[in-house]
Amino acid sequence: MQQISAACLRLLTGLRAEWQGCLPSPEPRVYFANHTSHLDAPAIWASLPSICRATTRPVAAQDYWTAGPVRRFIASRVMNAILIDRKLPTARNNPVTFIRQAIEEGASVIVFPEGTRSPDGQIQEFKSGLYHLARDLPHVEFIPVYLENLNRILPKGEFIPLPIIARATFGAPLGRIASEGRHDFLNRARQSIVEIMQQTLIEPMENAPLHPAETFANELA
Amino acid sequence: MNWPDRELGWLIIGTFMALGCASLVGLILRWRCGATKTIENLNSRIMAWWFMILVFLGAVLSGPIVVVVLFGLLSLLALREFLTLTPTRLGDHRALFWAFFVVLPIQYIILGIHWYAFFSIFIPVYVYLILPIRSAAAGDVQNFLTRTAIIQWGLMICVYCLSHGPALLTMLEIPGYPTRDGKLLCYLVLVCEASDVLQYVCGKLFGKHPVAPKVSPSKTWEGLIGGVALTVGLGTALWWVTPFSPQTAAGMSLTICLAGFGGGLVMSAIKRDRGVKDWGHAIAGHGGILDRLDSFCFAAPFFFHFTRYFYSTI
Repeated sequence: MQQISAACLRLLTGLRAEWQGCLPSPEPRVYFANHTSHLDAPAIWASLPSICRATTRPVAAQDYWTAGPVRRFIASRVMNAILIDRKLPTARNNPVTFIRQAIEEGASVIVFPEGTRSPDGQIQEFKSGLYHLARDLPHVEFIPVYLENLNRILPKGEFIPLPIIARATFGAPLGRIASEGRHDFLNRARQSIVEIMQQTLIEPMENAPLHPAETFANELA
Repeated sequence: MNWPDRELGWLIIGTFMALGCASLVGLILRWRCGATKTIENLNSRIMAWWFMILVFLGAVLSGPIVVVVLFGLLSLLALREFLTLTPTRLGDHRALFWAFFVVLPIQYIILGIHWYAFFSIFIPVYVYLILPIRSAAAGDVQNFLTRTAIIQWGLMICVYCLSHGPALLTMLEIPGYPTRDGKLLCYLVLVCEASDVLQYVCGKLFGKHPVAPKVSPSKTWEGLIGGVALTVGLGTALWWVTPFSPQTAAGMSLTICLAGFGGGLVMSAIKRDRGVKDWGHAIAGHGGILDRLDSFCFAAPFFFHFTRYFYSTI
């Protein structure tokens, strides 16, 4: 079932995994990625080699992935996702606790530290959960993953995916600096994904320079 | 499965023999010089040729409907590669949905039901006007003209132009010449791809002066002239597959070669602008689907319309 779903997803999205800074490993790991689409978690999960995929659990929004029998089935039976409540965490349902438990049981996890999908493809500030996770798990590798084109395949607010080709680039594990503050750590983690983004060649239209005619029109205005 | 007639049979045997020779040369090279990177790339290219030719022949021998379906799938894969590399914005999502799931299937359905009048104007007129309306209605004006042009261009090249290949089977009526068995399409594919391969080989062997160094340093005058000369020779020698006289076959081959060369150049310019070498990774050794189809997309409409104007009764 897992194999078939992953193969289907790879076929539909033409997904390619590029292991730029590390190699796949069945050891417990934290993959953290930029978040633009509901397909992000399944995409990273499907792009892993099957031996790693079996023990890798995406962390996903409970309200989205329990709506309807199909999503519920994919989340619980296929991906074995860790579903978390997106509202304010309380002591009883703190996502970090669940994620840490899963890792201590030998699983790898996929997290999206931005907390919510970016509306425009830009990478937003990271939420502090990643920092707490890193502090609690000093010997686990934190791998930055840059997901490309998922926001074109299934952007926020749309429900029909387009057959555009996606790419997941896996960077080098985040180095650990002792007694690093929360703010610095989160900035460094975010920067590691931004660096992969800058290395990839396809620029999104958003960053294209203004057309000469457009600048001229701006001067007139 | 239609049993191929004698002419198509000879064409298939000839192609297999040529490819067999190429495989043999590849094996000997590996045996003599060891498995270097260049030789491994050559061998994987040849293997991919076997695969592509077997799929194509399987479709041709299964009848026009299967050919139309095969080209529909190729269009889908090509359009996907095109739109992956060319930027659009979120406001284009619905317009792109129409392009992939409505425009593309309709173009191939009208091809299947032999409706020439609609086939020839559906994308250049109706889609051309309606898709920008959808994008504009989404309300995002930034780079609007560029985005609209990208979608229309992708559809024209990857769907409209490519669909002129199977149109050779379904849209032509030539007295005394069966078009539905796909001989004319085989001729076009053979000449077009031979032109690609021979230009590449001649360029590798003798190439010194690039035609457009900024666009593609691998396309040289030596490669172009040598490749075109050899391909026109081949295309003329194969006149018996077509309804053409040997002189016309030479003219048609020359048209295919030049249009194909132009197609390769134009598509290289887009790749160069986007900063990539290949359109994708779909075919081992070749790059993407669009890397293999770029010359065909440009050659097919010329070949189709010349044939239709001079030979077809409908």
